[in-house]
Amino acid sequence: MTDHAAPTTTTDPVTEMQDTSEVFRGTAGGDHSLRDKRSVDGSDTSAIPAFVFGEELADLADHDPRIAVLTADLAKANRATDFADRHPERFVNVGIAEKNMITVAAGMAASGMIPFAATFSSFAALLGCEQIRTDCAYPNLPVRVVGHHSGMSMGFYGTSHHSLEDLGILRSIANLTVVCVSDANHLRAVLRASLEHEGAMYLRLGRGRDPEVYAEVPDIEFGKAVQLRTGSDLSILTTGSEVYPTLQAAEVLAAEGISVAVWDVHTIKPLDLDAVALAAGTGALLTVEEANRTNGLGTAVAEALLEGGFGGNTRFYRHGVPDEHVPIGPPGALYAHYELDAPGIANVARRLLS
Amino acid sequence: MTDPSNRPPIPRRGTPERTALAETLTDRARFMRTETVRLSRIAGAGHYSASFSAAELIVSLYYGAMRIDPTRPRWADRDRFVLSKGHAAIGLYPLLGDLGYFDPALLDDFTKMGSAFGDHPDMNKVLGCDFSAGSLGHGLSASLGIALAGRMQGSDHRTYCMVGDGELAEGQIWEAAMAAGHHKAGNLVAIVDRNQLCIDGFTDDVMTVEPLTDRFTSFGWDVRRIDGHDLDAILDTLSDMGRDPVGTPRVIIADTIKGRGVERMELSTHWHVGNLVGQDYDDVMAELEAGLSPKASR
Repeated sequence: MTDHAAPTTTTDPVTEMQDTSEVFRGTAGGDHSLRDKRSVDGSDTSAIPAFVFGEELADLADHDPRIAVLTADLAKANRATDFADRHPERFVNVGIAEKNMITVAAGMAASGMIPFAATFSSFAALLGCEQIRTDCAYPNLPVRVVGHHSGMSMGFYGTSHHSLEDLGILRSIANLTVVCVSDANHLRAVLRASLEHEGAMYLRLGRGRDPEVYAEVPDIEFGKAVQLRTGSDLSILTTGSEVYPTLQAAEVLAAEGISVAVWDVHTIKPLDLDAVALAAGTGALLTVEEANRTNGLGTAVAEALLEGGFGGNTRFYRHGVPDEHVPIGPPGALYAHYELDAPGIANVARRLLS
Repeated sequence: MTDPSNRPPIPRRGTPERTALAETLTDRARFMRTETVRLSRIAGAGHYSASFSAAELIVSLYYGAMRIDPTRPRWADRDRFVLSKGHAAIGLYPLLGDLGYFDPALLDDFTKMGSAFGDHPDMNKVLGCDFSAGSLGHGLSASLGIALAGRMQGSDHRTYCMVGDGELAEGQIWEAAMAAGHHKAGNLVAIVDRNQLCIDGFTDDVMTVEPLTDRFTSFGWDVRRIDGHDLDAILDTLSDMGRDPVGTPRVIIADTIKGRGVERMELSTHWHVGNLVGQDYDDVMAELEAGLSPKASR
């Protein structure tokens, strides 16, 4: 810090972690400094709220004594600080020890709490994988493992910080509900609904600065996909961070006379088989996810198509990240590279229909 | 039996009550060992020696120290016991049945298809089991979570966690140890069953875990080191554990002998898992019924 009159708010462009803790406590620079940021791909995100994770849980915890929040030295990145400020007695920072965090949360859950254990999704799902299975899912405890900055949203941080395998890995764990969150209002809805859900959950979040998909907090039901747009030429089943660009792509395609239905399959497991059957009715089906194509949403839909017998002659493609470790680059450039931005998704759709 | 939730404090050494308690514990430790041998024969294999090393410690908890009520296995204010070295569950199950958590006759189907009782304990199948176990290194974290939840909920329950000495090579143990010290889990008591052996040999040869007193002390724990087969030492130590939800976590380093009670098994690497049959079974049962020899065989 060089200027004491005006604290520096040097911010990591990806995690938005700043070098002055005062900023995050709201005593210097306050929330404004967080909101007034540009996204890593250069677009102005000043209108997009930062993570509502801690704030929403703090609101819920005002009326629910079961809620606790844990993190592994990432309270700033995931805004657990908003919870810690209001409910310090129910906040636990375990330091950089993700495995311990998840099992501590399981112990709390065994004693009647509903703990939300949050860290980067790469560390939650890959480093903590066995703890999720053995300590959360196997005992069927209401732990909510929150993996944020999922997919390749950490961009040039590299493969160690990417989470493209989490859906494929966690989908194969019994008793685990896997949910992808698409925007702030969706996150609020998921957090609220999770309080009534039995058993363990993995909640996959983006960078917490996701463009708006839901203008209001939606009513959601885990295991029930949401049709956001109707269409007759093509159905796109997408999830989490890809919902917004898919809706944009559908607009582009509509202008070309291609009618596209879009479904937010927020729950990867259990999968909404009825939605897959309905979507297949358009005769062409595309899945879009910010994950390795192996064993994620697309694979789950393929399984449903074949086993359900409603694949028929449906043209089908699983769109996602190919089976490789991604190059170095900012998130926006990576999305463009893999055709996971709106123009790219539109291209993939055109190829499927051609 | 009387309601254990109203269990009196551990009686002082030298009193008739203490003598009576020690006799009960001696008998229950013998029962834990003979049941381990019996259940192993049902399964065709069993973790004898890791159960034997922990016998005096576990019976002292369940029949002497813990605030429990077997008629209310999910009672919120009960003391908890997390058996992080879950492979010793074969010795714990008979005690839970004996205490009244379930019909002991259920153990006759130990490990058979559909049984609630496997080699490692499942908290959703075994009443009285406070946390599932099997994958080593997890239990201390789970115990810390239970302890912190107790603090959040305003309960004064105490959480005991037994870890093996070989298990201390797991990194997560030290993540939990560091966090327990940092978060001042005064309602947490760890017990290290320092039985000297892991599967491949002596811990000193496979992976050095000492100096344990220094290691735990440096992580912010209050350390007691005792003979883990000496009931008087165990009871004296357990009678001095706090319930303060904010304080220094405590660890009891219990020096034990893996396989204690059966000469051929004591400090032998051949009996981590085994199966006694025929005359060997009868001989070992007779040896156990006769009680512990005053000194270990080696």
